[in-house]
Parts: sequence; structure tokens; C-alpha cells
Amino acid sequence: MSDLTRLTAVDIAKRISDGDVSAEEVTRAHLDRIAAVDGKVHAFLHVDADGAIAAAQAVDARRARGDELGPLAGVPVAVKDVLTTKNVPTTAGSKILEGWRPPYDSTVVERLRDAGTVILGKTNMDEFAMGSSTEYSAYGPTNNPWDLGRIPGGSGGGSAAAIAAYEAPLAIGTDTGGSIRQPGAVTGTVGSKPTYGGTSRYGLIAFSSSLDTPGPCARTVLDAALLHEVMAGHDWRDSTSIPQPVPPVVEAAKRGMTGDLTGVKLGLVTEFGTGEGAEPGVLAAFNDALAALTKLGAEIVEVSAPHFQYALPAYYLIAPSECSSNLARFDGVRYGLRVGDDGNRSLEEVMSLTREAGFGPEVKRRIMLGTYALSSGYYDAYYGQAQKVRTLITQDFNQAFEQVDVLVSPTTPFVAFPFGSRTSDPYQMYLADLFTIPTNLYGGPGISVPCGLSDGLPVGFQIMAPTMADDRMYRVAAALESAVGTLTPPSLEG
Amino acid sequence: MAAISRDEVAHLARLSRLAVTEQELDTFAGQLDVILQAVARVGEVAAAEIPPTSHSVPLTNVLREDVVINCLTREEALAGAPDVEADRFRVPRILDEEA
Repeated sequence: MSDLTRLTAVDIAKRISDGDVSAEEVTRAHLDRIAAVDGKVHAFLHVDADGAIAAAQAVDARRARGDELGPLAGVPVAVKDVLTTKNVPTTAGSKILEGWRPPYDSTVVERLRDAGTVILGKTNMDEFAMGSSTEYSAYGPTNNPWDLGRIPGGSGGGSAAAIAAYEAPLAIGTDTGGSIRQPGAVTGTVGSKPTYGGTSRYGLIAFSSSLDTPGPCARTVLDAALLHEVMAGHDWRDSTSIPQPVPPVVEAAKRGMTGDLTGVKLGLVTEFGTGEGAEPGVLAAFNDALAALTKLGAEIVEVSAPHFQYALPAYYLIAPSECSSNLARFDGVRYGLRVGDDGNRSLEEVMSLTREAGFGPEVKRRIMLGTYALSSGYYDAYYGQAQKVRTLITQDFNQAFEQVDVLVSPTTPFVAFPFGSRTSDPYQMYLADLFTIPTNLYGGPGISVPCGLSDGLPVGFQIMAPTMADDRMYRVAAALESAVGTLTPPSLEG
Repeated sequence: MAAISRDEVAHLARLSRLAVTEQELDTFAGQLDVILQAVARVGEVAAAEIPPTSHSVPLTNVLREDVVINCLTREEALAGAPDVEADRFRVPRILDEEA
């Protein structure tokens, strides 16, 4: 394996900028790595080799001219297949969009191109980002590089696995209930969900519009912070985009890397320790990480968040409700699949046959669940009540952040599980997001950083910060990384 | 007691424009019942006086300058359509045939 694929994004950018290596060599090394191992991992749905090489050559040409290069110029990046890429296939993991080539770039992708990063291709995901394992991808699951018989997390399992398998140093994910952080946790990589509205949703195929948040995936906290700064910031094309400067996440990560957390208060949520909590191996690794942070000067404070126990039920009313409305656009008229149009059937019949053939089981379940929760007669008891619970969860966060700087928890209750072990009972799958969902309902940022192993499988440590204080979580995450190090999966060769 | 019946699921499938099979109805009825019983826990919270949150960003009436910008061409907009006729999206019939 080429050493170039083992480097951090920071090192790759520096070597290109110094002229030690060309962007094209870096890109070809990653394309070779994909060719060598993606048959086992299946992180990618589409590899855009020609587009990647052209983008790399453009960076090399700019460098030859003496142009100023940005901090990630020439660095390869993999993009979750839920973000539109102009003329490059975009499926959201669904058969209903098979073969679709979007006529425009999402804002996140446009910013990646403007920054001179090299887009390698599109990564696998649970269909329309609904799932925690990639088992609901219409194109088959991604395999966890740590153990190919286990799930890589979801929905962004492809992005996380691509990073862990050294197929890309950076990737883009989207997080609605944990779809960046949980895959990060179970693949031993860093996954960051920015503040909702801190990154643009323009060109992100919508699942739950009040929750969907694009964010960075990387192997180090500093790399994630650099990608965060490139992709974030106000976008007039997204009306929920926050018109404020991007929090100073790179500066915060560098500060954290010094390993000093003197005076930083970490909040431990009392209610996370009760009921359906984390499995013992996860708790042990989490507690070791807490001890390490204490040694760096951090103070642990127990805080109460009495409504967090209702976050999972509230989420599984709000997200399906928004999904049932958003996915109405897949009607077989403007793009994607059309089934059963024999000249006799009505629009409604063709629409129903198209959606039946084009959507997988989890998407159908959530559309029906959302349709139910929004029906007259059930609206107040389900969707309306869930929105009120969302208010109470936000109040819990606000009160907690009066006492502490950040909240911490395990990212997910259990390590990567074997394929097939949670698909027969959908609610068992939902529990994977028990600790990540509260942050989505509140709208603040959260990051997962590797903190150790349990039975040889990675465990993630989650840090949650107040809205638009993303820098705080990067500081703590980088400090933790400096104390416990990064994780290296077993070799995929041979 | 079940939170949702097989007939209700069939009704939901029709509202959702999903031509589900009889076998899917059996599976989904059981699964949706388990999920609904779990999410019904939100009803335990005393929240009568609590305002609902639809969104975490406190922005309203987000407008932009009223200036013309580039948009998709007709060819680009139609490029991904399953069926096109006379530079328009062609759809299956939307009305019953007249007697």
C-alpha cells in the first residue's frame, strides 16, 4: 500500500504545497487503493476517476503558476451519495434514483471544488439516510474495515469506512439522528455534526429538513476541523442557513492538541446512565477516556437532562413525519424511476407502483409512520406532542450549558454489530442512535472521536456543545485524541 | 392491544401512494405496531403549556435581493425525466376517460 494513503489531510496538503508530491500522484494512489480494497469494503457507489484526476491536475497547474493554494488543495475527499454532484450519479442509496445525474452541485460540493479538494466519488449509505448500518442501501451494505462481517454504522457507513480503509483521507457525511457520529464511532474515525444551519442543505436530498446537517469525517480531529471550515458558512440558497461567521474550529483543534483542558467543565448526563444504557465494554472505554480528560485538567460535573429519555420517541415521530412529506417528490414525473405506465393506468396508479418498486422497506415504514403521525385525529397526540418534547429537550440543553462547557457521553450504546442482527426488529436498530439524537433535536453540534477498543472493536466518545459553539467540542476532541491516540484497523490485504 | 390494525396500515399505504403487497401488509402491521407503542411514550410528558419547536434556528421571513440569477435550462430540467413530450414532462392520464 502506498504511504500517501496513510497520511493525514494536513500532511498531504503540505507535501503538495511544498512540491514533494503532485496532487495527481496523491489522487492516483487513492484510486489504486480503492481498486485494491473496495471489493471487500464496498464503501463507494460510484468512483469518478476521470473527474478526480482532472481536478488534481488543475491543482497541479495552479501550483505551477504560483497561485496561492488553500489549506486542503489537492486533498482527496469522498462524498456521501445524498449530496448532488453535477453530472455525476447521485442515488441516495435508492433504486428510485438509479442512474440519475443531477443538473447541479450541492453547496457543500461546490465549496469542496472551490477549495481545490479532489472528489473521488460517492459513498454508500442507508436509503435516503434512514438506518444505522447501511443494510438498507438498495445497492448492498458496506463492510466495516475492522471486521468485514460487521456493520460500518449508518446511514453514512460508506463515508466512514472509506476513511477507515485508507481509501480517502476525508469524507462528507450528513447527520439527521447520528448518521455521521455513529459510523465514526464504530469504524474508529472522527465524525462531526456541525450546528444545524452551520452547513448548507442546498442540494442535500432531504430526509428530515429540520434536522439534516452535512458535516466532516476524517481520521484526525484537526483534519475534520479543516474540512469543517471549508464546507461551512452562510448560504443564501438555504433559508435555514445561519448568517454568522463559522466558529473557529481549526484554531480550537490546535489549542486542544496542546493537551491542556484546565478549567473546562465536562457535563455527564445523569439520565444517560439509566434504563437502556451502553454495553459494559463501551462504558469501560468511555470511563477510561473521562479519566484521561481529567488528567488534562478537565472537571467532570453531573448534570440532569430529564427529558433526554423522550428524545428517541420524539425523533421517531418528527423525522418520519418530515420524511413522509419530503419523499412525496418521488412521484415518477420529474426524475428517477417510473413503473407501470402502460398507457391505461392513471397517474395515481403509476405513482403507487413506482414508489412500491423504488423504495425499500425502511423508507416505506417511515413514510407510513409519518403519514400516521400527521393524520388528523393523531396529529396532536403524536407529531404535535413530539414538537413540545423537542422544546423541553432544548431547555434541558440550555440549562445544562449554564453549568458546563460541553456534554459528554458514549457515541453509541454498542460497538459494530454483525450483519442481520437488528434488521428483523426495526426498533432495535433505532436504539443505535440513543445518545446522538438529543443533539439533533436541540440543533447544536456533536462530534465522535475514537477513545479505545472493546473486544477489538472501536468505541466512540461523543462531545456535545452549545449552538454555534462548535469550536468548544473540537478543542476537547483534539485534547482527547492527544491523550489516547488514533486507531488503526487490521490490514485488508491478503 | 395493538396500536394499529392491518386495515389501518392498508389505508396508510394508500395515502402514501405505496402499492404494497399482502405479505408486506402483514409484516408492516406488526412492525409499525411495535414502533408506535414505543414512540407513544411522548404522551407521558406533561406538556400542555409548552410551545412546540418546529425548528432550532430562530429565523423568519428569509428573503434575498430581487435580482435575476441563472437557473436550469429547459434541457437540463428535463434531462432526468422518465418521459418527455414536446419539451414538457409527460405524465400518465390524470382524469378518468369520458364515457
